[in-house]
Amino acid sequence: MTSPDGSRTKDLTLGKDDLLHLYRQMVAIRKFEERAAEQYAHGKIGGFLHLYIGEEAIAVGAIDAMEDRDHVVTHYRDHGYAIALGTDPRRLMAELFGRSTGVAGGRGGSMHFADPEHNFWGGYAIVAGHLPIATGLALASQYLEQNYVVLCFFGDGATNNGAFHESLNFASLWKLPVLFICENNQYGMGTAVEYASAVREMAKKAIAYDIPAERIDGQDVLEVREAVKKALDHCRAGNGPFFLEALTYRFRGHSMADPEAYRTKEEVEEWRREDPILRFRGKLLAEGVATEDELNAIDSEVDAQMEEAVRFADESPVPDPSTLTDYVYTEPVAVR
Amino acid sequence: MAREITYRDALREALREEMDRDERVFLMGEDIGAYEGSYVVTRGFLQEYGRKRVRDTPISELAIVGLANGAAMGGLRPVVELMTINFSLLAMDQIVNHAAKIHYMFNGQFTVPIVIRTASGWGQLGATHSQTFEAWYAHVPGLRVVMPATPKDAKGFLKSAIRSDDPVMFIEHSLIYRNRGEVPEGEYLLPLEGAEVRREGTDVTIVSWSRGYYLAMGAAEELAREGIEAEVIDMRVLRPLDTDTVVRSVQKTNRLVIVEESWRTLGMGAEIAAAVQEQAFDYLDAPIARVGSVEVPMPYAKNLERLVIPGKDEVVAAVREVLYRDLAAAR
Repeated sequence: MTSPDGSRTKDLTLGKDDLLHLYRQMVAIRKFEERAAEQYAHGKIGGFLHLYIGEEAIAVGAIDAMEDRDHVVTHYRDHGYAIALGTDPRRLMAELFGRSTGVAGGRGGSMHFADPEHNFWGGYAIVAGHLPIATGLALASQYLEQNYVVLCFFGDGATNNGAFHESLNFASLWKLPVLFICENNQYGMGTAVEYASAVREMAKKAIAYDIPAERIDGQDVLEVREAVKKALDHCRAGNGPFFLEALTYRFRGHSMADPEAYRTKEEVEEWRREDPILRFRGKLLAEGVATEDELNAIDSEVDAQMEEAVRFADESPVPDPSTLTDYVYTEPVAVR
Repeated sequence: MAREITYRDALREALREEMDRDERVFLMGEDIGAYEGSYVVTRGFLQEYGRKRVRDTPISELAIVGLANGAAMGGLRPVVELMTINFSLLAMDQIVNHAAKIHYMFNGQFTVPIVIRTASGWGQLGATHSQTFEAWYAHVPGLRVVMPATPKDAKGFLKSAIRSDDPVMFIEHSLIYRNRGEVPEGEYLLPLEGAEVRREGTDVTIVSWSRGYYLAMGAAEELAREGIEAEVIDMRVLRPLDTDTVVRSVQKTNRLVIVEESWRTLGMGAEIAAAVQEQAFDYLDAPIARVGSVEVPMPYAKNLERLVIPGKDEVVAAVREVLYRDLAAAR
């Protein structure tokens, strides 16, 4: 089976427009990442580049379930969330290119996208370092009675870090409205879960803190969406945090510098059959929601959009050197 | 009108005034509520302000500061108490990799207005509870580091720190909480920068901060009795560091002694000395002297501990050295 028929995908309960929106968002992430990889190979992008290919259903399903007032805090594999939240891909590609038009003005790079206008509170690059921050943002929601929920995304590797455990304890103790979403892609960089975690099911770790938890299929955008909706209701009702473990797989290396010596080609091939986009596409076709032509048309539109993102980034100016010391402090301080 | 109050009471006044002024200001830390604070700075606060604004936390320094970072980004004004500066090392990632970076790294789109109150000090507390780490934090762009010596500064700086949109490391000292000093009646704020000449003199400049300032003043008084007039500078703020005030003083006195309670290697004194040799090389009539701790982990025994931490006598001796007094006497 190389072209899934979508039979293991949740039943379609959304209208056609909503379904096609989910499809478009996943394709947008995939194609953005493919263009980013290509531009990295061309030397247009420096440093680290961590691609989200294979995991698209999680960002898209979760963010589609959010309300406008909810907020997102993530780890450094952060391109997918920004796209799903609606940030202009041109500004994202420009950030990768280190240009002043980027979402962080060229100061952040791949790992530090942010877009407060779209409720994106940043990608953070110290593994598990953003969990306390997301929990603190949820404290602000509770304290100021703003009733938003914070969606906090992280990988399986983060669950072995002290910041994870301290944050879950705090969130549960103070009943904070934060939804922890663990993307279990089964490797912390190149170390497989079985060599890093005494507990293979990450959801069990949440139960230790009395946080309700569920394990879901991270390759099924509809299952993710439904689970996140329920979890958000739980958090918004004042019941405290919720924990979702989404099983997934990263199709590409950890970063562009990864020779992937730690896993077999067969394993990667097996998971590629669980491609979230192909599965969802198969379902849409099998159920007669859309035709091949309609889906191909979306693919082409996204292609053009990403082509434009690359052009925009390439033509954008680099940051003005005179701004180097801006934003070290909020007020002028002499910087040597 | 001014009155004399303790350093601890000055801190309490600052916290009360800011909590009364702004609902978004809240306190969080280990044992600050029911226990009333390890150094009892927050005595009575829990009864007065309730659990929402005076939050006892688990012993999770990393997440305490991390939650404060997130809460600050979300519009609150957290004032964190880390029991002692030794424990701040457990929160280093949130302080250095997050609080200090977020405003810059995201191009000014977020601010992290947190205050971390913590205390240096010692007193037969052993190796892990007697350290002095202001230089570690002063090393980091993005942080403000203040280390007030007097009650007046303690109150004015703390109020300004709470209102600042930047992350502030506010370092107190366990051995000066009971020190008394003049504090103005009524509200005042102090800018979070600038050293201050506390005693004018012509023969030598002694620079210090926090508890070291009291050593420097004690030494200056003793030296005055033998006709040596020391100028004493309280650095007050360690980042941004006001070396201009030190340089101006050295241009007048031509000699400099730096007093710090930490280990000298890569300490604040090294930084100040470097700035002085860069900007006032030709004015120096003697090598700059640094008085600091002996470079060992702090021992418990009282007699050994006393050997580690510099006292007034060591400061006086260092001043004599830069004035070549003993040499002159020997002739």
